Formats: sequence, structure tokens, C-alpha cells
Amino acid sequence: MSTTAKTVEAAVNREYEWGFVTDIEADAIAPGLNEDIIRLISSKKNEPEFMLEWRLRAYRHWVKMDKGAGEPRWANVTHPPIDYQSIVYYSAPKQNTAPGSLEEVDPKLLQTFEKLGIPLGEQKRLTGVAVDAVFDSVSVATTFKGKLAELGIIFCSFSEAVQNHPDLIEKYLGSVVPYTDNFFASLNSAVFTDGSFCYIPKGVRCPMELSTYFRINAAGSGQFERTLIVADEGSYVSYLEGCTAPMRDENQLHAAVVELVALENAQIKYATIQNWYAGDQEGRGGIYNFVTKRGKCVGRRSKISWTQVETGSAITWKYPSVILQGDDSVGEFYSVALVNNYQQADTGTKMIHIGKNTRSTILSKGISAGHGNNTYRGLVKVLPRAEHARNRTQCDSLLLGDRCGAHTTPYIEVANPTASVEHEASTAKISEDQLFYCKQRGISAENAVSMIVNGFCKDVFKNLPMEFAVEASKLLGVSLEGGVG
Amino acid sequence: MLSIRSLHAGVEGREILRGIDLEVKAGEVHAVMGPNGSGKSTLAQVLAGHPAYAVTAGEVRYDGQNLLELSPEDRARAGVFLAFQYPVEIPGVSTAQFLKAAINEIRTRQGQEELDAIEFLALLREKLALVEMDQSFISRAVNEGFSGGEKKRNEILQLAVLKPKLAILDETDSGLDIDALRIVAHGVDALRTPDNAMILVTHYQRLLNYITPDYVHVLFNGRIVKSGGKELALELEAKGYDWIKDEVGAVEPLGAA
Repeated sequence: MSTTAKTVEAAVNREYEWGFVTDIEADAIAPGLNEDIIRLISSKKNEPEFMLEWRLRAYRHWVKMDKGAGEPRWANVTHPPIDYQSIVYYSAPKQNTAPGSLEEVDPKLLQTFEKLGIPLGEQKRLTGVAVDAVFDSVSVATTFKGKLAELGIIFCSFSEAVQNHPDLIEKYLGSVVPYTDNFFASLNSAVFTDGSFCYIPKGVRCPMELSTYFRINAAGSGQFERTLIVADEGSYVSYLEGCTAPMRDENQLHAAVVELVALENAQIKYATIQNWYAGDQEGRGGIYNFVTKRGKCVGRRSKISWTQVETGSAITWKYPSVILQGDDSVGEFYSVALVNNYQQADTGTKMIHIGKNTRSTILSKGISAGHGNNTYRGLVKVLPRAEHARNRTQCDSLLLGDRCGAHTTPYIEVANPTASVEHEASTAKISEDQLFYCKQRGISAENAVSMIVNGFCKDVFKNLPMEFAVEASKLLGVSLEGGVG
Repeated sequence: MLSIRSLHAGVEGREILRGIDLEVKAGEVHAVMGPNGSGKSTLAQVLAGHPAYAVTAGEVRYDGQNLLELSPEDRARAGVFLAFQYPVEIPGVSTAQFLKAAINEIRTRQGQEELDAIEFLALLREKLALVEMDQSFISRAVNEGFSGGEKKRNEILQLAVLKPKLAILDETDSGLDIDALRIVAHGVDALRTPDNAMILVTHYQRLLNYITPDYVHVLFNGRIVKSGGKELALELEAKGYDWIKDEVGAVEPLGAA
């Protein structure tokens, strides 16, 4: 093993800090998947008829796919077959009644989130950030709801939105990611249990960051949440999602769907810091993160930006995309994906240019360490009507050690001759000379690696809200600890 | 401060240094000169602890410690600085960020308080003036896209900020035009104190027009074959290295260079 590999290995070994389990009684249903389970989930959530119908249509579609081609096989990832009948599709912390205020929430839940750095109590709340905290299958609390309501902003759990704003849900649910979209999106549509809903009314600039924190706790359960954000004409919202899970030897499935809708002149910034448990150094356990995220720039001059920092999960399979339907609309994708040990990531984006003068930017930074395998997969598609569409794509890979892999698979389909599409890619390694240079200046190998990796990611981090950029940078250092060579 | 005894070292199984002896005291400036391939840069790299070089025999004591037992970072923290012949590029990391990390790790190990951003910037600005660089320099990524002269000035900037006890300058003068050479040389000269020492590794005498060494050593075929005062450098300049080769060759036959 080279010295570089050894130092990187040394730089990469820390415990997953968020791997604890909360001991709380759960209201869980039996494992398995069939129409009765779907009806049970829907009835537990006291859903209107249209929701159940939609779930059942999704389920029937999924069954057809499951019997047919099954899971998508084109991604550059491998895993043993998933037994969908052994998963628990609903697990909620037991509470006597739905909590009306924080005082009624089980203190254990509040402690859990506090331990994760997400205090929900009035005095300790993060300033300037409203949080929806989701624990296993349900949302436990949403902060600053009242303050946001004064501006007409709806920010609540998906379940609440189904009860209180069924018209909005019926109108927009599945409007960006239909239940037929793909295997995991169909599964999610059938069984999703909670998530966040957000509506920003016309002309309103949301004054604080909105955030959802997802926590998987129960063993043997999957997490299937759904997020829907609608930004009405001329509005603006910045949204952040975070996630962690206990350390377990088994693999757990997380199949989420996120839909964003931006009407005329609206802007949505969506950032993810994904830190699901990644499995141990031998690749045991960890979350299968199979997620469909898509935004639709419905109106003219609307804008959707995705920023993701993907450091967790055993397998990441996600392609946050933008459908650029409105003329002059803008789509952006900024991504850092880090794999270490035996993690696998197949991630990227799709930019679908439909309207005239639509613009998209893709900046992807992949870091591979250990035996990690990292694939950027992206589609830039320009439809015939998309006059003067423009795209710029840059994919950079950084390799730490010589047992990891980095791959870039761009797909470009252009059906309009006035379009301009640029693609640039690079691959680099942290060299022995770079490390020696840093060490000769007194900088430890760990700090040198973390400094170089952070430098590599800086153009992505600057798109994150300030406080989260710091968090992301720290997280990168931690995720690198532990298994390179 | 530094005592090298019978040092043998090589790279990839090939012996390059074949018994170096050198004593350097605080306040002294030593010039190590010699033709290409004589082992000058190897000596510099070995003292800094480059992992590609293996020490096969001999010892190096620095400030009472066995230098060869220390990791490269611990040597740096103990005050050993190498100005690289080929400074390395670190994309995405600004010179300011890099140097702040360096000085604070060194200070922490030496039991001093870390400098905060304001103190550090003040220090950096002061030192920038010494090497005649403007402030935009420090927000650029370390050595990335720098000209040869800028890279060398960046080494001297780092030297000035980190204030090591023992500075080894590896061919810092090579590839510089006359203005850059003057700036670099004045920078180095300004950093001489009675408490620190410098080893200037150089092929040419011209750097020594600006920095007067106390001792000049001629390295040839992995050994110091001649030592003297500053006049030795002038003699070398006038007569070339062939004179040394002839003189040494007369004493013992040369091995493969």
C-alpha cells in the first residue's frame, strides 16, 4: 500500500455519530405488502378516498413491474435481492393522541432530535430555520408553523396536508413524479406514510429556511416519505433536508419521492445533506437510498436548484432532475457524492429542456475512497421546441487510494439545432507530493486530506445555506475517516 | 543545531548520498553547491523526510533529537522548513487557508495559541510586502496557475510566515529572472537571525551575490568533497565544476554518477 493510501486510511476511521437507537414503543404493522396493507396505512392516516384510490393504482402498477422487469438494473450498483414482503411498511412511535403541541410529544422523541442537533423546543430552536421532524413513518413536530402561517405559507407534515389541504394535494400529488414513473416511485406512491408539504403563496418570499429532518429508528422497517413543495407565482423558498439512521447489520430500504413545482417567476432551492448509515467497514448494513427527486419549472422564468451532499447510505440511487417547461426557466444541480469503504453511489441529474431559452447548470463532484464506487449519471435532453436552450455540465472525480472507482456516464440528446450543450469532465488523485507538501508545512495527513477534499467541493458548498455549508464540510471530514486503501 | 554524520541515502534502491558530514550552528548560512546529479536535492528531501527516500546509514541530529525518527509533519513542527524546488499545486485550497492551517498546527504543537483570522491576516499582509506580492495572491489556490517566479516567491512567503529555525532552500534561485531573483534573495536575507540557520542548495553562485554564506560546501557524487568560505563559491563560478571533478578524480576513481 502506498503512503498516500495509508494516510488516507488513517484519515478515514471514525464512528458514525448518529448510529444510536431510541428505545420507544412503536405502533408497527406486520411486515408484508398487499392491498390490505395499503388500505391499513390509508385508514391509519384517516385519508380521503382519492388518496386510497391513488395508492391502490400505484400498488397495482408496482405489482406489474415487480412481476415483469422488477427493479431497475441499469445503475452501476449491486446488491442482493430485496425481499419486499419482509419489510415493515408502517412504524410510528406510540402516542395516545396526535400531539397538538410540543408539550404532548414524547420527551424521548424530542431528546432524539436534540441529540441529532435538531432541537425542537421553543427556547432552543434553530433560529431562522423551520423544521419538520420525521421519525420513522410519521412527522413528530413542525416548528414555526404559526409564524409561517401569518404569511400564508403552509408548512406541515404530509399527513396534515392531506387532512387540511386536500385540494392542493389532489392537484399536485404525482404531477411531477407520476406513480408510474419508476419501480421505487411506484412503491413509494403505494405505501408512503409521511413527509413534508410546503406551499408558498403568490409573491411571498419565505423568510426562513424550511427544513425536514428524517430519522429512521425502527429495525426491519423501510422509510417511504414523500415531500411536495409548491411555489406559487413570484414566490421564493429555500429548503433543506437532512437524514440519519441507527447502525444496524441489516440493510434498510429508503425509497422517497420529492416533487417540486415552481410556477411563473418562482424560485425553489432544495438542499440535501444525506447522511444515512453507510454500513460498516466491511460493507455490512447501511441504507439503500433509492430516491426519486424531480422539480418542474412550470411557469416562465421559474428556477429550481438542487444541491446535494451525499455522504451516507450503503447504496445511493438518485437523480434530482428538473423539467424546464416554462420559457426562460432555469435548472441547477450541484452535487457532492462521497463513497468510502464499500459504499456505492449512482447519482446525477436529468435536465429536460422543453421551453425556449431554458438554461441548466450541472456541477458534480464525486469523491471515491476505500472500495467505494461512484458513478455520475446524467441526462441533458433538449426537445424540439426548446430554442436556444443552454446547458453546461462539469463532472469532476477525486480518487483517494487505488481500490475505489469513479465513472462518468453522460447522456446528451439534443433535438433543436440552436441549443448549446457543454460537457467537461476531470479525474484527479490526491498525490503523494501534495500530501508531503502539506506535511512539510506541519499539516497532519488527516487535515491535509480534509482540506484538499473540501477545496475540491467548495463550488458546491457555496450553494448551501451558510450554517449547513459548515456542517457539510465537517461531515465530509467525518465520512472520510475509516476505510481507504 | 544540525549535525549530519556519515549519512547514506537513496531512492528506489539506488544510493545517492554516500556519507555526508555537515555541522550547522544557529546563525549560520551554509551553501551546498554542486553539479547536477551530485545529490543536492536528495539531501534536502531526506532532511525534510520525503517518503520516497530511504536512509541506509548514518545519523542526523537536530536540536538534540534524532531527526530521522520524526515524521515529516513533526520535523516541520520542530522548525524544519523546506522551500521546494518544484512547489506543489493544491487546487481548491487558497494560499491563505493553507498557511493558516500550517501555522496553527505548528503553533498548537509548540504550545502556543492559534492565531485567529484577524491576527493571521495581519501577519500575512506584512510578509506579502517582503516578497512584493499583492493581496490577490493569497486568495488564489496554492501554486495553481502560478508562474515559476510566483511559485518561488510563495515558498519564501511561507518561510517568512512560518519562521522556521532551520530553513533548507532547494534551488530556490533556479528558473528565476533577475527581478524575481532579487526579490527572493532579499526576502531570504531579511529572514536571517542569530537564532536560525539556513542551508541554501544551489547550482549557481548568483544567489550568493545577494546572500552571503558563512560556509560553502561542494557536493559531488554523494559526498561533500570540499568546504570553504564564501570565496569558494566565486572560485567555482570562475573555474566551473570540472575543476572539482578533476581534483576529486585524482584522489579516487568515480563511481557511476
